[in-house]
Amino acid sequence: MKNKYSIFSLIKNAFSNHENWQRAWRDPEPKKEYDAVIVGGGGHGLATAYYLAKKHNLKNIAVVEKGWIGGGNTGRNTTIIRSNYLWDASAGLYDHALKIWEGLSQELNYNVMFSQRGVMNLAHNLQDVRDLKRRTHANRLNGIDAVWLETDEVKKFCPIINTSQDIRYPVLGGTLQKRAGTARHDAVAWGYARGADEMGVDIIQNCEVKGIKRIGDTVEGLETTKGFIKTKKIGVVAAGHSSVIANMAGLKLPLESKPLQALVSEPVKPIIDTVVMSNAVHAYVSQSDKGELVIGAGTDSYVSYTQKGSFNIVEDTLKAILELYPIFSRMKMLRQWGGIVDICPDASPIISKTSIKGLYFNCGWGTGGFKATPGSGDLFAHTIANDEPHKLNAAFNINRFVSGDLVDEHGAAAVAH
Amino acid sequence: MFLINCPYCGERDQSEFVSGGEAHIARPKQPTELNDDQWAEFLFMRKNIKGVQFERWNHVHGCRKWFNVARDTSNDKIEKIYKMGEQPPKL
Repeated sequence: MKNKYSIFSLIKNAFSNHENWQRAWRDPEPKKEYDAVIVGGGGHGLATAYYLAKKHNLKNIAVVEKGWIGGGNTGRNTTIIRSNYLWDASAGLYDHALKIWEGLSQELNYNVMFSQRGVMNLAHNLQDVRDLKRRTHANRLNGIDAVWLETDEVKKFCPIINTSQDIRYPVLGGTLQKRAGTARHDAVAWGYARGADEMGVDIIQNCEVKGIKRIGDTVEGLETTKGFIKTKKIGVVAAGHSSVIANMAGLKLPLESKPLQALVSEPVKPIIDTVVMSNAVHAYVSQSDKGELVIGAGTDSYVSYTQKGSFNIVEDTLKAILELYPIFSRMKMLRQWGGIVDICPDASPIISKTSIKGLYFNCGWGTGGFKATPGSGDLFAHTIANDEPHKLNAAFNINRFVSGDLVDEHGAAAVAH
Repeated sequence: MFLINCPYCGERDQSEFVSGGEAHIARPKQPTELNDDQWAEFLFMRKNIKGVQFERWNHVHGCRKWFNVARDTSNDKIEKIYKMGEQPPKL
């Protein structure tokens, strides 16, 4: 049983110099056999294990992670959470996640620092205006809060934006989702890990999957660097490396893995109290609680697993940032990094069974998976436990690439790819 | 970020080029005879290899010609560049 985190436990532990906190999760060796094994210890994978244990009463579960938990895209994204997607299927999926976010810190007894500071998307040309207005209407029909802002309202909401009509890509308006915001990315992985561990889930780090053993069309288990693990159900949540795992099982996925970059500045006093995204000029920015500007860039155009990305991509993003926010012209950037994102042709994820019995994939989140972490875990757990999708992720099956029933969200994905 | 030795122009920065994705995916000769699975395979399914992958590239800000590249996607090292229509090299 885990001790409850509270103001009182904080005070109590202060008296022993914070040296006697209970371990948040164990460090077990893998057992010979599990009822289900999740491949990938990021936010989505840990959330999947958490909900499998909590809602579907599966206790004999393991999460295997190649590196350390939350060290992949969970720790590399720009932490933006929103649900203002165009199509009904996506609205259902992302708003399901947003509703869980709203109570997540309490549910996990772990402060994920969810901050509903609003996300504003800017329009820079007439087509942007039409597209964003259409998306606002679609959102409202789906019960998602969204409002259209004229240029002067954009300026009022975020005064540091340059709304001069003389710049290369003038601001012609924008949309605002007030329930949207940010969260502390690491805390999400750690909170789910702690919660899952409490219910008996084995979180096995530094354990890389080397092969998937199957007999006919049924999975038998996993070959890992810590030996063979027998299991009847494998849920793969490997983000950029999903295709690598799929290849081990002889499957092909409609994915391309590309580097996506982000960067942070030196910390400064509060200057921007919301998240502003601009799809057309490709700049998005928010400010972390430490005071750093958190800036997201675009993807490279080519497949790569290098977790680096090209300099010209960062350069383009910073050009756009400086035109929209001249006040940042003398800021220094502290760190830049890349993550590998797995992109589907329709910029929507796959949460699905496969043609192999007992093998499930949760992938294709591309540039925007973080926001969906709790919903993705919940729905993937449902899919694995029941061998059937939940109605909210039925549209995100792998078969849509055969039937042609795609969920095209390139417009709402907000990152050019 | 890397350099690409265009077979027509010589070595240039990667930002002058655009990637056309996986190479050697032949357009179906008789499209009307394909079933949905075969169409999905042609249109959407990709090997997405971590390792040496054969790709098409276009020198879009240069000669605008297409060519093939064998590139290791785990470190962005280019193993071989060869022209369109040629068979992939044995590496």
